[in-house]
Amino acid sequence: MSARAYSSLAPPAIFGVGVLIAWESVVRGFGVPFVILPAPSAIFTRFIHSIPILAADFVQTIQGVIAGYVIGCGAGLLIAILIDRSQFLQRGLLPLGNLVSALPIVGVAPIMVMWFGFDWQSKAAVVVIMTFFPMLVSAVAGLASAGPMERDLMKTYGASYGQTLTRLRLPAALPFIFNALKINTTLAMIGAIVAEFFGTPTVGMGFRISTEVGHMSIDMVWATIVVAALTGSAFYGIVALIERRVTFWHASYRQRDA
Amino acid sequence: MLSPLAINEKAADSARVIDIADLSLSFTTADGPVQALSGINLAVERGQFISFIGPSGCGKTTLLRAVADLETPSAGAIRVNGMSPQEARANRAYGYVFQAPALYPWRNVERNIALPLEIMGYPKADREARVARGLDLVNLTGFGKKFPWQLSGGMQQRASIARALSFDPDLLLMDEPFGALDEIVRDKLNEQLLRLWDVTKKTVLFVTHSIPEAVFLSTRIVVMSPRPGRIHDVIECGFPRDRTLDIRETPEFLEVANRVRHGLREGHSYED
Amino acid sequence: MRIERALPVAIIVGALIAIWYVGAILMNTPLQRDFFANAGRTDYSAADLALADLNMDRPKLPAPHQIVAELDKTVLETAPTSKRSLVYHALITLQETLLGFAIGSALGIGLAILIVNLKVLEKSLMPWIVASQTIPIIALAPMIVVILNQFDITGILPKAVIAAYLSFFPVTVGMVKGLRSPDPLQLDLMRTYCATRAQTFLKLRAPASAPFFFASMKIGVAAALVGAVVAEVTKSEDGGLGARLLAGSYYGQTVQIWAALFAAAALSATLVGLIGVADRIVSRRMGFAR
Repeated sequence: MSARAYSSLAPPAIFGVGVLIAWESVVRGFGVPFVILPAPSAIFTRFIHSIPILAADFVQTIQGVIAGYVIGCGAGLLIAILIDRSQFLQRGLLPLGNLVSALPIVGVAPIMVMWFGFDWQSKAAVVVIMTFFPMLVSAVAGLASAGPMERDLMKTYGASYGQTLTRLRLPAALPFIFNALKINTTLAMIGAIVAEFFGTPTVGMGFRISTEVGHMSIDMVWATIVVAALTGSAFYGIVALIERRVTFWHASYRQRDA
Repeated sequence: MLSPLAINEKAADSARVIDIADLSLSFTTADGPVQALSGINLAVERGQFISFIGPSGCGKTTLLRAVADLETPSAGAIRVNGMSPQEARANRAYGYVFQAPALYPWRNVERNIALPLEIMGYPKADREARVARGLDLVNLTGFGKKFPWQLSGGMQQRASIARALSFDPDLLLMDEPFGALDEIVRDKLNEQLLRLWDVTKKTVLFVTHSIPEAVFLSTRIVVMSPRPGRIHDVIECGFPRDRTLDIRETPEFLEVANRVRHGLREGHSYED
Repeated sequence: MRIERALPVAIIVGALIAIWYVGAILMNTPLQRDFFANAGRTDYSAADLALADLNMDRPKLPAPHQIVAELDKTVLETAPTSKRSLVYHALITLQETLLGFAIGSALGIGLAILIVNLKVLEKSLMPWIVASQTIPIIALAPMIVVILNQFDITGILPKAVIAAYLSFFPVTVGMVKGLRSPDPLQLDLMRTYCATRAQTFLKLRAPASAPFFFASMKIGVAAALVGAVVAEVTKSEDGGLGARLLAGSYYGQTVQIWAALFAAAALSATLVGLIGVADRIVSRRMGFAR
């Protein structure tokens, strides 16, 4: 990493460490009850001692996340390409897509449990619904983003619809598609965890949080939250890295290097 | 000064690449119909360099696009190589160069030049040979692996010219290709384009705003005037083929340039 | 023009409703066949089966008219003060959402203003705020509800707190983007006038951020609603649409679940729609009109 990268990481890192130190001191100094706010050191201890449980929770939840993410994003992209040739379908489906994106879709979790059972499949179903619409809307916008000049160029080559789609409009749509892929990582995590609040076999991050809250084991709750946070940011980070490699040519990257 | 050639000349003239007969084109806009072109008559022979000059709104770009089958005429006829513009486009009869390079940022220069070749189904070895030749023609050898944003504006535009020539069309349509570049780069590219034309013997239709550019490059200059777009004047230009930019100081050059300027004024080009 | 825009949507919605009915028949048939078998009926026609499918007590997929009937029953035919009324629960959720949204967006806008003006805050805080968007912070909801209960803070307030912090982050990020959106050229112009920070803020940054403001508000209010609903799932004794969803799933009352879901969706769409209307009015007056 370059010196510039280090110097931009320093302020937030210092801030974060500062918060942790303040947290620890306040809890110890003011004798804050354990059930309200455990000290970071206590959470860390609990974390280390509970790794098997946390790992099992992670595996359970991540199944729903990944399965739902792949199906939801894939379907969104596929439908966007399928309705690409029909202005009518686009004009009918896009307003609906925008509408659904604003709705509290996590609420369908109990219905999904009814259809797919208690296990991770119902959580994956919730994630599919949550990730489908943002991808659909973004992919359609991306496919429309290729400029008129570039499209005219393809016309002068006598290119077919398929050739124009694969060589121009899909590559041009990639920045939009990746934007949705990044947003969807968070939506997928939220969907899976909240769906588990509604009911799940005795394993899973959402399950762990809601049960341990009932037992007032707040340090365990925090440990699970740490796992969820790390998973969420790692997931996002991986997608962002792939985005950087695939859309290296996009203006937003060049501005930084220029 | 020659008047616009009539279509009634020998139709079997095989040297005639483009025939435009009584072409009219109107657009429907939010403010009502706009007559972009009205009663255009023009014949272009093989190997000529025709410039179209006029103010914004005189229809020169529309005319070029109509020849390229990117716009549909409302009346009249265009023949390109004896075919309709639609057939000509399907036959890949021309290369088009836009005002902006319109290179794909996710392809390096080589792959950009190869784009039309991929679409038209040229085999790989052939593509590579043509790309190399194209780079050489525009003096970009060695820059093939670079990406468009790593090149200057002038180099990008040269790459787009190489792309337009890669599949060897007889006809080159250029819409203000050097308009976005500064004058020094523009001068160099004018010279290069002239050499290119001399070497490859293409027929070129060239739209421009710049009088010196039109006079320097062309064998014939078509002066257009707006509202509705029509041909005001056609001026023959007979400068030697091995000319350099120095010719712009000569009295003969200035005389032609003045005629062009006069024509633009007469066509009410400088109003509002 | 409006009709041109509405027609495709209307046709698609109509098609979706038709597909829904077909889906209801397909999904409920196995269960309905079992019912018929248990009741000893063997002489039913396909039409009988279809009709029964669409009017089951606890269907796998309720038909649209069943949901409408349930909505009618719990909204129009029940007093809004009764715990059976969907309006009662919706009002609870609405209060939590609005309170949380107001707090969250006020804090978010305030922090955005501070961040834009103080470089120190920007460098140390912004990365965390941006990173928080990658973390499922909704996982904190159950814990916060329980902790606040320890302090005897119950009812609407804990849910509002969760709604607040869910709307806080997108509002902050959006407003920072908006307040930073003016062209550097315009900022330079202000410098040539020797404008103070406050003047630059009031006359340039704030108006320029209007589009971002409304976009953030829409996202924020939707997030606040989700927060309220999820918080209610955690502590359902205090009512609300989330509690209703949970109750429906516990007792297998499918139609109740769907009705509550529709109510939540309608609430969300209305709130976002109202902001959209405000957006259009303000944009037109400010010349941002599309």
